[in-house]
Amino acid sequence: MRRWLLPTLLLAALIGAWQLAASTGAMADVLGLYDFLVPSPSEIAEALWENRSLLADNAWVTLQEILLGLGCALVAGVGFAVLMHLSNLVRDAAYPLIVASQTIPIVVLAPILLTWFGYGIGPKIVVVALICFFPITVNVLDGLRSIDPDALKLMRSLDASRRQIFRRVEAPAALPSFFTGVKIAVVVAPIGAVLGELVGGATGISGLGRLIFEDNANLEVAREFAAVAVLSAMALVLIGLVALAERRVVSWR
Amino acid sequence: MSVSIRGLGHSYGELQTIAQLDFEVGERETIGLVGPSGCGKSTLLELVCGLQEPKAGAVVVDGAADAAGRLAHCAYMPQRDLLLPWYSALDNAALALRNRGLGRAEARRQTSELFERFGLAGFEASAPGELSGGMRQRVAFLRTLVAGKPLLALDEPFAALDAITRAEMQGWLAEALRADPRTVVLVSHDVEEALYLADRVAVLSARPARIVAELRAPEPRAADRDAAVTDPAFVAVRERALRALHGGMR
Repeated sequence: MRRWLLPTLLLAALIGAWQLAASTGAMADVLGLYDFLVPSPSEIAEALWENRSLLADNAWVTLQEILLGLGCALVAGVGFAVLMHLSNLVRDAAYPLIVASQTIPIVVLAPILLTWFGYGIGPKIVVVALICFFPITVNVLDGLRSIDPDALKLMRSLDASRRQIFRRVEAPAALPSFFTGVKIAVVVAPIGAVLGELVGGATGISGLGRLIFEDNANLEVAREFAAVAVLSAMALVLIGLVALAERRVVSWR
Repeated sequence: MSVSIRGLGHSYGELQTIAQLDFEVGERETIGLVGPSGCGKSTLLELVCGLQEPKAGAVVVDGAADAAGRLAHCAYMPQRDLLLPWYSALDNAALALRNRGLGRAEARRQTSELFERFGLAGFEASAPGELSGGMRQRVAFLRTLVAGKPLLALDEPFAALDAITRAEMQGWLAEALRADPRTVVLVSHDVEEALYLADRVAVLSARPARIVAELRAPEPRAADRDAAVTDPAFVAVRERALRALHGGMR
């Protein structure tokens, strides 16, 4: 109860204060701006309702980018982590490079990916996948490596093959770390999607990030805020779904 | 001979943990190994089980001299129970059968018969986290037994338990071994435990480990554990073992 009530009360208080400051024009005065550049929460809600189909269409595009990118990162990240766990050669060769690759800001990679993959949904998926790959790979590998060596000895003495050790001990033991990685990936995935859209949006319906960018240029501030609200609501739902899946799968914790 | 160890030596890098060790364990004999902590008891057990290859000398278990062959003849019970939290108590105990390719239903059926016999009936579906320390050790021991190997290698099986539970578990284990006799190598730091459970106790010195004394508990031992360990003849042997242990630490 307290877990939900207190943050909800705080959020309501913040929105209320904003409503008051924006609708009286006090906020615009302090910022030295025209009133229409500082929308109140009620005006944002109005923009949200009036543009509901436009926002939904764009949200769907962004959601596809996030889910497809996340899917690619899951397959590649888990696969690569398992490979590095099973082969010291692969790990010693690739792990330092994977860590070092994180020094390249994704922001500078996005334009290159656009040049290579065109203006469709492709490069956005690649940006999301790239940004999600690292947390998933590193956490899964970490989980696989943190297994008690005595448990492996025990399994060997119980006639387990390498495959059985992986399936019965290592894979389940790495699940909590896997979910930690996925939760981080879900948080950063929308950043990747929006970034991809900002750099290489086409005309027409091409995602919430693109909409935010265009509304910003056209001073459609209320709708811009509405798009931000939709984007963060989407991310929250995704995080909630991952947490739910974790509780169901990792039931022994 | 079930286990034959000749001129065994082992080291980790520069550190010599075992040097020139010889001993034998007979068929269905329980041998207790006691020694100061860090003397290489656990290493010795892993060498017997084929979890490691020795740097010098030979370990032969039921005619098998190579690590893979020894592993096939030994079931290892580590110090901590290491029950897998994602399996029920029954599925944990049935692990060896599953690893051997038995279906889940059949593995469970065979294992649940043992649950009845060893006082674990009713706990089949419990998660390891729901069991008490003593119950967890029982499941861990059963898991070792279910493996169906002729030799059991027990590494301080009750070290993590409180004194009362440990005494109770010692009585339980003695009972279990009477019902299902195997060749047992039991490592312990508890002289009383080793003397009570084992037919013969070898006292090891500090690193590098060598045998400083071999003792037997007086026969016949009372069936009741408390009566057995407080018997004056038992106490006298225990005192000799303790003196040998302390002598070996210098």
